[in-house]
Amino acid sequence: MSDIAERTRKIVVEHLGVEEDKVAENASFIDDLGADSLDTVELVMAFEEEFGIEIPDDAAETIQTFGDAVKFIKDAA
Amino acid sequence: MFDLSGKSVLVTGASGGIGAAIARGLHGAGASVGLSGTRVEPLEALAAELGGRAHVLPCNLSDSAAVAELPKQAVEAMGAVDVLVNNAGITRDNLFMRMSEDEWDSVMQVNLKSAMILSKGVMRGMMKARWGRIVNISSIVGATGNPGQANYAASKAGLVGMSKSLAYEVASRGITVNCVAPGFITTAMTEKLNEDQKTAILGQVPAGRMGEADEIAASVIFLASPEAGYITGTTLHINGGMAML
Repeated sequence: MSDIAERTRKIVVEHLGVEEDKVAENASFIDDLGADSLDTVELVMAFEEEFGIEIPDDAAETIQTFGDAVKFIKDAA
Repeated sequence: MFDLSGKSVLVTGASGGIGAAIARGLHGAGASVGLSGTRVEPLEALAAELGGRAHVLPCNLSDSAAVAELPKQAVEAMGAVDVLVNNAGITRDNLFMRMSEDEWDSVMQVNLKSAMILSKGVMRGMMKARWGRIVNISSIVGATGNPGQANYAASKAGLVGMSKSLAYEVASRGITVNCVAPGFITTAMTEKLNEDQKTAILGQVPAGRMGEADEIAASVIFLASPEAGYITGTTLHINGGMAML
């Protein structure tokens, strides 16, 4: 696991209050991790701050799973 | 009575009668206030009157790009925006059949769209803080309508709908969004009315007098206070009984 994936997972665990092993590559924030739509907005905000990147709204909409998030952040960071 | 010490407040239209009273009231309750408006001189005068904890943040609300910058400037000046008061408003009255799209658009831009942009701009900080207050100054005519003011009434009713929707979305984050809807309030604008006009207006007000800007300010202080944390999505009508809604 890369450092980026670990940092991203930590944010998800803290924010959504889920077990670390539930945050799998294909885990959907909304369907699998119990996030509501506002949680996903807050996750994106947290990712932006942690990694010093900007995630535009249209890109944010494509981030549905933990894997999506890690991939986006890796490409952007 | 209500303590806002340590809170930072952004008030638009602070150069006007009601806006200045709101800013004074919130400042008096201990808050730091960001005074926004188009006319710098009255803002500077108000800041000088208040002394410390007052910041002049001029902004032309007709300019969306400038509006988007205002929350950032407020955070730079005060460190945060815990309370946003969207008070600024303009009128471009005309009979509906004569109303131009320009008259419609300019009122919508300043009264409604700027409130949307500013609310969006302060939302991130409020969500992180798990605390925030937005108070939108609507108007009695948003609920009752008024001949010659289709644009103004639509913008003020629009604030109510926007506030309720946003209130739903962010209630779980400790953020409340409410409206205050003044009736006839003594301001520079109503001072210009002649005696006949005033008598006609007062005939419609059970209280038999116009409201004072301080009476609007008091309600804003209350809605901004920690004590009002369970009040959200509501509109507080302050009109001397003119319309009991």
